Amino acid sequence: MDFMVFQYPMISVQACLDGILLGILFALIAYGMALQWGVMNIINIAQGDLVILGGYIAYFMYLYGIHPAWGVIVSPIIMFFVGIAIYKLVINKVVDRDLFISILATFGISILFMQLMNFAFGADVVLANSDYGTTMLFNSNVVLPNSKIFSAFISILFAICLVIYMKKSKLGRAIRATAQNARAAKILGVDTEKVYAATFGINAALCGVAGALISITFTIHPYMGLPYTIRSFMIVIVAGLGNLPGVAMSGMGLGVFEEFADYILGTEFRIGSVFLLLVLILVYRRFKLSRKREYLK
Amino acid sequence: MKINKIIISFISAAVILLSTSVVSFAKVVGDKIVLGAAISLTGKYSSNGVHTQNGYNMAVDRINSMGGIKVGGKTYKFDIIYYDDESNPKRAAQLAERLISQDGVEFMLGPYSSGLTKAIAPVTEKYGVPMVEANGASRSLFTKGYKYLFAVLAPANLYLDVAIDLAVEKNNGKPVTVAMAFEQDAFSQDVRLGVLDAIKRTGSKKVIDDKLPKELNDMAATLVKVKQMKPDVLVVSGHTKGALTAIRQISEMKVDVPMLAMTHCDAAKLSKQHGKNSQYALCASQWHKTLTYKDNFFKDGMTYDADFTKEFGYAPPYQAAESSAALLVFKDAFERANSFDQKKVRDALAATNMQTFYGNIKFAEGGQNVDKPMVLFQVMCDDGGKCENKVVAPTKWASAKLIHPIPSWSQR
Repeated sequence: MDFMVFQYPMISVQACLDGILLGILFALIAYGMALQWGVMNIINIAQGDLVILGGYIAYFMYLYGIHPAWGVIVSPIIMFFVGIAIYKLVINKVVDRDLFISILATFGISILFMQLMNFAFGADVVLANSDYGTTMLFNSNVVLPNSKIFSAFISILFAICLVIYMKKSKLGRAIRATAQNARAAKILGVDTEKVYAATFGINAALCGVAGALISITFTIHPYMGLPYTIRSFMIVIVAGLGNLPGVAMSGMGLGVFEEFADYILGTEFRIGSVFLLLVLILVYRRFKLSRKREYLK
Repeated sequence: MKINKIIISFISAAVILLSTSVVSFAKVVGDKIVLGAAISLTGKYSSNGVHTQNGYNMAVDRINSMGGIKVGGKTYKFDIIYYDDESNPKRAAQLAERLISQDGVEFMLGPYSSGLTKAIAPVTEKYGVPMVEANGASRSLFTKGYKYLFAVLAPANLYLDVAIDLAVEKNNGKPVTVAMAFEQDAFSQDVRLGVLDAIKRTGSKKVIDDKLPKELNDMAATLVKVKQMKPDVLVVSGHTKGALTAIRQISEMKVDVPMLAMTHCDAAKLSKQHGKNSQYALCASQWHKTLTYKDNFFKDGMTYDADFTKEFGYAPPYQAAESSAALLVFKDAFERANSFDQKKVRDALAATNMQTFYGNIKFAEGGQNVDKPMVLFQVMCDDGGKCENKVVAPTKWASAKLIHPIPSWSQR
């Protein structure tokens, strides 16, 4: 236990800001997960691997001398089609089945992706340098890498675009209709097959954006996807489906929680504390649900 | 009934055939000494696994083409049976069993990483198969009382203690304050123990002692603490990702620390990925091409570097060099034992005392190499942004002078 974070108030400020910037990025990944979970009732275990694949696209652009920030435009475009391909090959066969089958299928995709990425890109840890510099605040007691600020900004931008798209466009409305009631939507002439494919594609594209941002801010490695899946799963569990403000809030909450856990318990418990929180939340939700059931009785 | 009989006789014939063919695979076939190795050709260690394999292959070709191994007046050549352990310790142990009990291998080469060596060592020990390994440095490998395990590299606890000594030396012999960040794996924790020993020995003080998770990609929290506590030395060990993450975040967060020491900068290709931001970092290394050790097969480090680059198209990381050295050790032991008896070869290995291009090799009781110190190099960049690793310690091999303290970010 280390309570340095309370002894030096500037460290708390730093932890909060770091956490919020990180959380916004998590929220973007989680939003993609919530979207396709809500629409297709599929929990995508391969979410984190799609993120990493998106990261590799930005990394390869960087290798060829293109600034990796362009990855946030190129990566989602490529990933959109990757998403559609995955849908056509695998997901459309499990979309109406129970949750367990879809978890198994996406788990398989996750393993396949890890191994393929390892095979194609090698097992080295890589990163893309943006050279964005640093922002110093409070008499340089708080430092924020501009790459993190850039990531958060881009994440918010994409989230806003997506919300507008879902509200205004025809496809967006069809997606929302399918999420509410797939059968009714089908009867009213919505091509749900197309909607599903598009949803999975959009999810993959969001992962692509997030991946590109992660390659700029952190590091990527073929086997690093799972923590991102877990985090987005947790954010969605807390926020519920189809609730963007909720996803954003719980994303930032998780980011701040992680940072403080890191300072207080030590870095070794950072990911562990996320898992612990997940268990606590699941227990709490169950407790709440069982109370509700008692009322009903 | 008749059919049953036919089936039974068919199966037994097949079994007999198989068992005889297995025997023909065994250790020494004709003029070949067959060694076995499980190597990570896929999975998370695959890049270093390939370095290991390339190192082995390079040495096999070299030894075979330069006259082979002379045992009992006859000349033999090396051959290696490889299996892919998928970077998975369980798989590695299975493959070791298979190499020994099915393929009849009687001498083994080590896999990549401490974790996998740990998985294989009990198997080779059980069968009394001598194993020379080049990529498992964890101290715990050498405290188990293994009799058939020999490591050509220096154990993990010696990786970074040199850095603490160096910092104390630069501080006019006065104790220093140390911040530590180590990944939670066998190797890094052993490095940590070595650093703790050095801290105790020099009367220094540790001010931060963080353990990094395996999924590490953010160590901002540790670095904020470093900014606050202003230690004299920051020590980081977390394989490739630790080195890359540390340099990225130290430069982004403008963390000023007089000395920064790390492991795995070689594998991380630090200066290539980070350019000038990696400047002044001190890196522990088992080997560097400018060291002046010599042998008859590879001559010296510079020649090895050139030959390896010519053959495989990239400069050899130390993982390749130490793997090549493992075969030189085996050759030497076979010739001194003048026999293929496992016990005799084991005893010959234990009595090894030789110099290779990679360094002096002499095994302690536990099997670790005690005759080869680690070197520290410092990343140094010229004004054009071209960076090079230059050996700065121990002073005997230093090709450049240590730059200390590291200039602050505002002055760079």
